[in-house]
Amino acid sequence: MAAPAERPTGADELKFRDPARARALADAIGRMVEQIGRAPVTVMHVCGSHEQAIAKFGLRHTFPDGLDVIMGPGCPVCVTDLPEVDEAVVLAEDGVRVVTYGDMLRVPGTVRSLAEVQSMGGKVDVVYSAAQAVDIAGGTDEEVVFFASGFETTAVATAAIAVANPPANFSILSAHKYIPPVMEIVAEMPDTRIEGFLAAGHAATITGWGIFERFVERHGIPVVVAGFEPLDILAGIAQLVELVRDGRRAVVNAFPRCVTREGNRIAQQELWRVFRTTGGNWRGIAHVPNGNLRLRDEFAHLDARRRFRIDLKRLWTQAPAALTQLCMCGDIMAGVSSPEKCALFGKECVPDAPVGACMVSSEGTCRIWHQYGGHPRL
Amino acid sequence: MCLGVPGRVVAVNGQIAQVDFFGVRRETRLDVIDEPVQAGDYVLNHVGFAIRRIPDHEIEETLALYEVLLREAENDMMAADVRSEIDAAQLHSGGSGG
Repeated sequence: MAAPAERPTGADELKFRDPARARALADAIGRMVEQIGRAPVTVMHVCGSHEQAIAKFGLRHTFPDGLDVIMGPGCPVCVTDLPEVDEAVVLAEDGVRVVTYGDMLRVPGTVRSLAEVQSMGGKVDVVYSAAQAVDIAGGTDEEVVFFASGFETTAVATAAIAVANPPANFSILSAHKYIPPVMEIVAEMPDTRIEGFLAAGHAATITGWGIFERFVERHGIPVVVAGFEPLDILAGIAQLVELVRDGRRAVVNAFPRCVTREGNRIAQQELWRVFRTTGGNWRGIAHVPNGNLRLRDEFAHLDARRRFRIDLKRLWTQAPAALTQLCMCGDIMAGVSSPEKCALFGKECVPDAPVGACMVSSEGTCRIWHQYGGHPRL
Repeated sequence: MCLGVPGRVVAVNGQIAQVDFFGVRRETRLDVIDEPVQAGDYVLNHVGFAIRRIPDHEIEETLALYEVLLREAENDMMAADVRSEIDAAQLHSGGSGG
């Protein structure tokens, strides 16, 4: 595993691909924050890949002191609720083959993770794609459950395999989450006071940027859709700070090379043909109405929750680990704290032995800061 | 994970495309692509599915980030996420890595 705050080799090259433009954007951000005339100005992004790029390329170092750019609930693995992990754990303990994305393996459940079940002889496999999960089912007669995580961008792939007649021994345990509803929740959190959102480019590639118009109307908070290059992010933040300064309630698409107003209609059709939204808990955040994606009745035959009787109670009679009580993952994702304020960060909680989900996933704030540092100087 | 990865379409066979990812040949699925693609087009891929045809005049800008990331060391987190996206496009791998 990497040491904390290791110096990234390609960072300078990319950051300064257009150094004049980067400097101009950074200067503009500084000027506008000054014009706003109060500190801090707080904006939130909701994407692990944005945080990776901000940390890796040292962008926080170029932001003015009066600007806080914080990561919200942008890590699907991190917001997967304990009982969702427990469902997969119980299935694997019951001898069902559970296949899932790599990051889900080590996410702590109430008493144990899938990795621990695997080390005790449970049948747990890692896949990179939903199609590979179907391939595994195709090669065996035993029941195979795809424990599917991810936001709408990833749920589209699960939907595509669900409609493509997977084998009869294949089913889906959906932990998929839908981002727009949690933005509504975080926008109204009294301790957070978010003044603008940077929306994730590739989720918006699917949904289109038009989906944020209603959000802006309802909450009076501007939204800018941004890409993942350092310059894309700087440009997005500059747009966002300008909207905050001018008191403009609007959606701006700063990533037109991947995002349109309508989004990918074919992908949306597949997504909503297979999934419906339901309310559910996001770990550490809150109950989020319409925040969970669950299989529609038409796909009940593929729904692991209906195919198997999953008895969670037998796990819940066992005591949870004491350290997890100290984990600040929820506060960090709600934007009211940061990894460095957690007593466990880098000590009891490290990537090889994570206490909370934020240290597990490569999209988790703690894991990202552990590799790149939160405020690296380049 | 939401970073995705762009690649150049080499051949299309129904709902499957042969795609070149920075010199690595893999297969990606076209079930949810936003518009039809043909050999020579660039597509953005996520977990084994192409989700967008990248417009011709925007290809170079899109590739730049990934070219830098793929030169990074094995243990770089963003680079690892991009490599996972490329591995997602491999059919019949049954992957057991992480």
